[in-house]
Amino acid sequence: MYRYDEFDAKMVRERAQQFRYQVERRIKGELTEDEFKPLRLKNGLYLQLHSYMLRVAVPYGTLSARQMRQLARIARDYSRGYGHFTTRTNMQYHWPKLSEVPDILELLADVEMHCIQTSGNCVRNVTADHFAGAVAGELEDPRPICEIIRQWSSFHPEFNYLPRKFKIAVSATKEDRAAVKYHDIGMEVITNEAGETGYRVFVGGGMGRTPYVALEIGKFVGKEDILAYLEAILRVYNEYGRRDNIHKARVKILAHQLGADEFRRQVEVEFAEIKRHGTLHLPPEELKRIEAYFAPPAFEDLPETAPEFEAAVKADAGFAAWTRSNLTPHKAKGYAIATISLKTIGQTPGDASAEQMDGLAQIMEDFGFAEIRVSHEQNLVFPHVRKKDLPAVYARLQALDLGAANAGLITDIICGPGLDYCALANARSVPVAMKLQERFADLERQHELGEIKIKMSGCINACGHHHAGHIGILGVDKKGVEFYQIQLGGSGAEDASVGEIMGPGFGKDEIVDAVERVVETYVSLRAPGERLLETYRRVGMTPFKNAAYQEQMYAAY
Amino acid sequence: MPLIKNGAFVEDRFVFIPEGQAFPDEGGVMVTLSRFQSERDSIIAHHRPVCVRLAANENPDVLKDDLPNIDAIALEFPIFRDGRAFSWARMLRERFAYQGEIRAVGHFLYDQLAFLMRVGFDAFEVRQDFRIAEFSRAMAEMTYVYQPSVDRRKTVMQIRRGE
Amino acid sequence: MLTANRLLAGEVVYWQGGDWQPDSAAAEIFDEAEAAKAALDAAQAFVRDNKVVGTYLFEVRKEANGVAPVKEREIIRSLGPSVRRDMGKQALMPVPPAAAKPVHETSPPPPYPEEPDVSI
Repeated sequence: MYRYDEFDAKMVRERAQQFRYQVERRIKGELTEDEFKPLRLKNGLYLQLHSYMLRVAVPYGTLSARQMRQLARIARDYSRGYGHFTTRTNMQYHWPKLSEVPDILELLADVEMHCIQTSGNCVRNVTADHFAGAVAGELEDPRPICEIIRQWSSFHPEFNYLPRKFKIAVSATKEDRAAVKYHDIGMEVITNEAGETGYRVFVGGGMGRTPYVALEIGKFVGKEDILAYLEAILRVYNEYGRRDNIHKARVKILAHQLGADEFRRQVEVEFAEIKRHGTLHLPPEELKRIEAYFAPPAFEDLPETAPEFEAAVKADAGFAAWTRSNLTPHKAKGYAIATISLKTIGQTPGDASAEQMDGLAQIMEDFGFAEIRVSHEQNLVFPHVRKKDLPAVYARLQALDLGAANAGLITDIICGPGLDYCALANARSVPVAMKLQERFADLERQHELGEIKIKMSGCINACGHHHAGHIGILGVDKKGVEFYQIQLGGSGAEDASVGEIMGPGFGKDEIVDAVERVVETYVSLRAPGERLLETYRRVGMTPFKNAAYQEQMYAAY
Repeated sequence: MPLIKNGAFVEDRFVFIPEGQAFPDEGGVMVTLSRFQSERDSIIAHHRPVCVRLAANENPDVLKDDLPNIDAIALEFPIFRDGRAFSWARMLRERFAYQGEIRAVGHFLYDQLAFLMRVGFDAFEVRQDFRIAEFSRAMAEMTYVYQPSVDRRKTVMQIRRGE
Repeated sequence: MLTANRLLAGEVVYWQGGDWQPDSAAAEIFDEAEAAKAALDAAQAFVRDNKVVGTYLFEVRKEANGVAPVKEREIIRSLGPSVRRDMGKQALMPVPPAAAKPVHETSPPPPYPEEPDVSI
């Protein structure tokens, strides 16, 4: 993974000092709260319902063991002993004090981490496939270009006061695990007829109040040109994105309003000028230099399977279940990609305690080349584990209460913090997610139901990506009472689609039953091998809607 | 309002003349874009120093043919969060090779000064109590830059490559 | 009741007797709109002094054993996250508080002073 040189290191140190000065000025009143807020947001610091919240950047979802230990230490010393992993593969602390944040930034800088641009109207964390560098079928590891984009976008003088936030994601496989079509800019690594690798560039995807799937703007952008192309897109957005209405300020509004052809035309004008200028040309040697940091570890020459692994599968039903849901085939023989579910039933989805983080760091060091990934579905991933080590890894995970065999299954619920934490939320989301987990806790039933992605948000800002849920749930406030709207058929993968709203919301005591009726409808209608998403796409909303509301229908008589 | 240029307080050579008010006989004038456009010929014929003041939503390319006759352009920040002027300044410097003064006016922050300099601003209308030491401090907060900009500062990539 | 967050600590506080303190049970209750407005105005001195941010009034109603906020949001804010009973103010309380039942009719909520252009 990337290692800071003296320049990167100095940047994050100076950024921490810069923020310390901003805090001093705020305390003295030299900055008003209105002035200070965007500045603290650019260091990931929100004022939430109970306290401040600090969002730490995890660039392209990659962490070292050393970094994980530091995150644990900060959790212990500054944030009540736990942290939360987000749908943008970052990590956030719910309880820091403003007065301590400059110190926290220094501790992060000690391990090559920061909170730069994790919020605010600027380019945010660039995300990628959490299986990058490990999965088969990858054209190449998308993370080197993410690192290059990270540097280009950090402290960008022209684009730090955009109309709104700006999110970029990169995918390098047919399967899109980075939800690129739901980002402001999504990039797909592709090859052209000449066999060159480059990027297909999409613009204008997003969740929130008005969900959109991104438009193809750049059919093929060569690697040497990609920074110039991104700069052109950002410039068009900075100049013409709406600033009169925050609900219409994302680039998705501009792009869809202009239409793909006109938006592309404007981008091409800027792009041509930037190319002529030449300063944003990305030299192939520079790309190679960064790629070297991401070279895969030296994999051993191993047989496809290991006797320790096979024996454990036979002997331990729990381990066997975990291998079915939480493992993904690795490109190297004898290795596996292991997903660590942060959705243990009974715990807040996506949260990890300091002890768990330290335990994970130890596993990383002992079995995982000291590397871990964060997915945008609020789980963690060991990208490279020898199959023969999996039983030992599983045992350690179990001891940490992180052995849930539910990755991608119905209890693997992606959930924004909701009204329990968030000042913007309308309804609580986590208690409902936990009740759903309890309802579907039976592991055999979960595996039998197959892949079902439930995504929940506590408000229209859609931090839980509910528009991209096979079953999406949106918490709303109706006259002071929490209600939950169901959507069906959303997908954040390469078959991106926005979920269809079923109808009026369900009360917090009804929603779990309603979801169960939806699931039972799926079971009754599914064709062999069909996931809930496919069944929905085949039969439509009506059967699900009828089943979900049947109580109400009967009650009306 | 105090004006900073080249790291020091300087005399402002322009006076803002609101719509409808007559120009003084001599001296530099600052006018809105619409006034410049409607009185352009007489302003230029008078050979007086002129600064055109653009609102945040006014694209400077409308001035491109007149730039040789414009001594300064003031780009307004209605609120510091409105970052369009960063792109307008860049456009003036890079697309149109504008050499005159580009001034930041309105509501912007100390924390934006370094970025403003990078994209081509060279003059800053600041609050009455602004201390000049703050300006040099702002310039020194970040030693390195990652990306190229109008100021042509060497980027980290270039340093790494020994350029 | 009148509430805010402390600037430095971020802690939720409630107005009582011309100053701020962390316990909603001890907070001053305003029966009259005028008294509420007067307190809100007086509170701005603390904002100007950079001690608190985000002052606003919110509705409470009488319950059998005291008063409780009308909105779920304010209930949660006075206690802590409902999913982590060991976190927030509720963790410091000797006895688990009785949760207020939400009502169906309320007047429009006072606008939360967070700027609308902030989102996650």
